[in-house]
Amino acid sequence: MRDCTKISRKADFALNIIMILCTLACVIPLIIVFSASITDEKAVTLYGYSLIPRDFSLEAYKYIFKNIMVVLRAYGVTLLVTVTGSSLSLIIISLYAYPISRKDFKYRSVFTFIVFLTMLFNGGLVPWYMVYVNVLHINDTIMALILPYLMTPLYVLIMRTFFMTTIPEGIIEAARIDGAGEFQTFVRIVLPLAKPVLATIGLFNVLTYWNDWYAPLLFINNEKLFNLQYLMYRVDKAILYLSNNAGSINNATQIMANLPSQTARMAMAVIGIGPIILSYPFFQKYFVEGLTIGSLKG
Amino acid sequence: MAEVQRSLGTEGVTVKRQKPALLKEFAKNKVLFFMLLPGLLVLLANNYLPMFGIIIAFKDYNYSKGFWKSDWVGFENFKYLFNSKAAYQITRNTILYNLAFIIIAATIAVALAIIFNELLNRRMSKLYQSVMFLPYFFSWVVISYLVFALLSSDMGFVNKQLVNLGMEPVEWYVDPRFWPLIIILVNTWKWTGYDSIIYLAAIVGFDKSLYEAAAVDGASRFQQITKVMVPMLMPVITILTLIKVGRVFFTDFGLFFNIPRNSGPLFDVTNVIETYVFRALRQTGDIGMASAAGFYQAIVGFIVVLTANYIVRRIDKDSSLF
Repeated sequence: MRDCTKISRKADFALNIIMILCTLACVIPLIIVFSASITDEKAVTLYGYSLIPRDFSLEAYKYIFKNIMVVLRAYGVTLLVTVTGSSLSLIIISLYAYPISRKDFKYRSVFTFIVFLTMLFNGGLVPWYMVYVNVLHINDTIMALILPYLMTPLYVLIMRTFFMTTIPEGIIEAARIDGAGEFQTFVRIVLPLAKPVLATIGLFNVLTYWNDWYAPLLFINNEKLFNLQYLMYRVDKAILYLSNNAGSINNATQIMANLPSQTARMAMAVIGIGPIILSYPFFQKYFVEGLTIGSLKG
Repeated sequence: MAEVQRSLGTEGVTVKRQKPALLKEFAKNKVLFFMLLPGLLVLLANNYLPMFGIIIAFKDYNYSKGFWKSDWVGFENFKYLFNSKAAYQITRNTILYNLAFIIIAATIAVALAIIFNELLNRRMSKLYQSVMFLPYFFSWVVISYLVFALLSSDMGFVNKQLVNLGMEPVEWYVDPRFWPLIIILVNTWKWTGYDSIIYLAAIVGFDKSLYEAAAVDGASRFQQITKVMVPMLMPVITILTLIKVGRVFFTDFGLFFNIPRNSGPLFDVTNVIETYVFRALRQTGDIGMASAAGFYQAIVGFIVVLTANYIVRRIDKDSSLF
């Protein structure tokens, strides 16, 4: 007999069809971009972007390979910022979350409120921009790419809650009796117990830094400090400019004739998306776990 | 997080008492205070200095005079802002788009979560979840490339299909008519997988014996879902929705800036507070208007968050922010 708490085979079939359509909607744009990147430029200008490459060609990648130093440099900036930013952020967040999780720390509510207030009220873009440019003078430095995401208030509160609920006060007390200093207790006892929440917040940090184009858009003019996302943004802008002005500027017409701009644009996208899709099967699971820790119990 | 408020209530009083208490506490817990220091410095730079800097909205900012020496002009910047048609446009767009996103998250994402839970083949269900979660990991720059491949007027996939079907191609990046729909679709594409996974986590945690009890009473699976599962899910939906309502005055800058490719003819339906402030600051250099719009957003946004949180508190104390 059929299990009454399950849907019928017919309903399951119908739902599967809907799901397949939804997954296709998620995947098709990716396929179009990928197949455009391996299509001949002329075929694209004639027939447009399509699901299946019409005339196979690696010209676009060859063209990008000619400028490989620019791409590698941007990858380097992204990697550097992601690694230092995420680790620095984890250190600063956990250092802050620990004292405000300690029930015997008298001013914990004051310092919790200092973080919490920033979730309710912020000065907005203009004063923030001016602090970076006119007070700290960190525009056009790596610091401008790292500082914005170091202290996400929600992560501080999630970590504080984790410390409060999963680390028994008795352990901290016992360490004190054994003569361990405050900082020693934190590093040797508290942090190892907090591995799950450190991993989760670390992953979200990595994603934030890896995908960031907003900080460079605001603060970076020096081409040497373009990260991968911002390079993609600029390449797109440059191609748009060239194709809009192809008729009016003489040498631009010449550049356009030789430049596989429409396919190179898509090859650039593939180079940018590639690492995320390739590593997706490995990190996806941790994000799902992290989401359920963070959003429902936070 | 409700704890913040509770502990503030009891201990906030002792803070105000005297200074020596703070000094004594500092001497006792030197290490703990030093641990807070790096975080405090970051908050100072990112949040507290800009918070005070917000008064720039009441100044006629002049680059050569700088922040302190620029003249006070009272509400002059606000007068300009609210006399322009931009104020209405960006407020309307910000709120209407957010409402659409909120409704979609509370309906389509919930439906998707239920489907993920119902599919007979677990493995296929996991596969669908993985694929639909993927767009969450793409930046708006990447998504703007994907959308361009579909909507480019001469090479885009959509126009090619329209021509194949014998219809007129559309100049997507110039024609504002379709953009409310496009913005909503793109946002749904990016976030629905993510939202549905949060709802699915709640559904998986429900006690299955309740469905069995309903089945014994003759309820079909569809009735079990509508009469047992959805009511149990309601608190989660309400809370998540209210949290989003609290953010109704804030939008995702990347969505409104990158997806329409900063195209002027589309501003009427794609301009929101964030894009307006950005363009006024970086492209037209109108610091007065930019800071006035930012101030307006911060204040109204603050009031809305407090109101939404007040309502959440009355429904479920533990889910409220404070």
